[in-house]
Amino acid sequence: MESVIEKKIFDVDEIRKDFPILSVESNGKPLVYFDNAATSQKPVSVINAISDYYKSYNANIHRGVYSISIKAGEAYENAKIKVKDFINAASEKEIIFTRGTTEAINLIAYSYGLEHVREGDEVIISEMEHHANIVPWQVLCEKKKAVLRVIPINDNGELLIDEYKKLLSLKTKIVAVCHISNSLGTINPVKEIIKLAKEKNKDIAVVIDGAQAVHHTKVDVRDLGADFYVFSSHKMYGPMGIGVLYGRARLLEAMPPYQTGGDMISSVTFAKTTYNDIPMKFEAGTPNVEGAVGLSAAIDYINSVGFDAIHKQESELLDHASEELGKITGLRIIGTAKEKTGVISFVAEGLNALDIGIMLDTNGVAVRTGQHCTEPLMDRFKVPGTVRASFAFYNTNEEIDVFVTALKKAVEILS
Amino acid sequence: MDSRLRGNDKTVDKSIQEIEDEVVDEFSFFENWQDKYEYIIELGKKLKGYPEDKRTDDNKVKGCQSSVWLVTSDENGRIIFKADSDSTIVKGLIALLVRVLNGRTPDEVLNAKLEFISKTGLQQHLAQTRANGLAAMIKQMKMYAIAYKAKQQN
Repeated sequence: MESVIEKKIFDVDEIRKDFPILSVESNGKPLVYFDNAATSQKPVSVINAISDYYKSYNANIHRGVYSISIKAGEAYENAKIKVKDFINAASEKEIIFTRGTTEAINLIAYSYGLEHVREGDEVIISEMEHHANIVPWQVLCEKKKAVLRVIPINDNGELLIDEYKKLLSLKTKIVAVCHISNSLGTINPVKEIIKLAKEKNKDIAVVIDGAQAVHHTKVDVRDLGADFYVFSSHKMYGPMGIGVLYGRARLLEAMPPYQTGGDMISSVTFAKTTYNDIPMKFEAGTPNVEGAVGLSAAIDYINSVGFDAIHKQESELLDHASEELGKITGLRIIGTAKEKTGVISFVAEGLNALDIGIMLDTNGVAVRTGQHCTEPLMDRFKVPGTVRASFAFYNTNEEIDVFVTALKKAVEILS
Repeated sequence: MDSRLRGNDKTVDKSIQEIEDEVVDEFSFFENWQDKYEYIIELGKKLKGYPEDKRTDDNKVKGCQSSVWLVTSDENGRIIFKADSDSTIVKGLIALLVRVLNGRTPDEVLNAKLEFISKTGLQQHLAQTRANGLAAMIKQMKMYAIAYKAKQQN
């Protein structure tokens, strides 16, 4: 099932032609899209794959005995194989499609968490987590009278690994941290984090939130040793509404279902229902075939560009942006980790992030402002919010220059 | 520019409608949104006089990305609004609302349609997002009007 991948020579102008939205105008100016950490744009191959599905083989899957249902079913199963290969899971049975990262984390918290966490146990997260990787654990801990522990960070926005070591104990049942921070761009040493947990107790389950990582860096879940690894399609050039929960088969098999209904059962009588095997046990109801088809095309697209080229382009963009923003007086960059990827968050002395965002928008520049769903992290840096520019490999240095010019103007007007 | 920035005290002899029309007229001078926002920012910078001791959580109207503080007083049956924000653009919007609604009776505030927000295009640009708290601020101003009306009737 391995698809043949032709690696192209990286040419950003050619790449941009693959993304129709990059040639639209915003407020009468060419759109400069720097909100990639919120959602990425979609290449035409993804758009066409979804369109083609609806035009030529849309059908409900798994029990259809007719040709287009079988074809749609194959497309869905092939998408799982593609995801399995993409993250090097051992089997496609370990790939569960969810609505996104948030639902995947909730699934783990409710299914695995409620089974394994007892009163007095501990769940470890970090100070830089997205609310989606805080609240489900907080709710779990409240339900079970367990304790939520938080790994602190330093002023650069890096996890304090020595503090993490001190938090690990025989009470620890789950460790849940992000691979890459959505607000800071910090790349966390997840392999080491997992190793340290397993050295303390091999039964600690480690959950990695990979929503900001899978499209920036090659992820190998077996090399990392992750028990669970979760991410969303829409941040990796695929459609919205579908995401992935990878879990070790042994753990998934032992977990109770999260939602119940059709497709996830093997037999139903009014006396008793028996559940289907993994992964279907966790996919109640009609699956998101459109999403699976789109995600599959997105993985093909990423593979065709290649992580080496993606990494090179995104590093150049980050370096250029960091250098240019560094020249603006009164600007403070939040998140200066040594290991960092295409996110640059900043505050401008005495100015409100929302005001800067609005002024950038008048120049066609799309950034995110506010707390980025990481309120505890903003409190840690004692800022009400930041302006965040986040890059993808289809962005250019010229766009960064447009952004920097608009930013300087905004600062001047607002000061 | 200064004629457009005249103090609120001088505008109260005009009707709400007349002032709204003035605002719409002023915004029609600007060709693009950058200029419109520059004007709003200018209004925001000029909005002063919020009493520091009233900068409390009780007086806060919380938007998603900006905070607004709003206090009122009753002067001979008319409502005086004083407001502030940590966002200069939101402060500019407040200045426009205050200009239209200040020194009005509770009924006038309650009946104000505030059509200038859509006629200037601000509706489209700002009101649809909860980020700026504009909708929350208008609601709060009207809530005060209801409270004053109830008080006057008693």
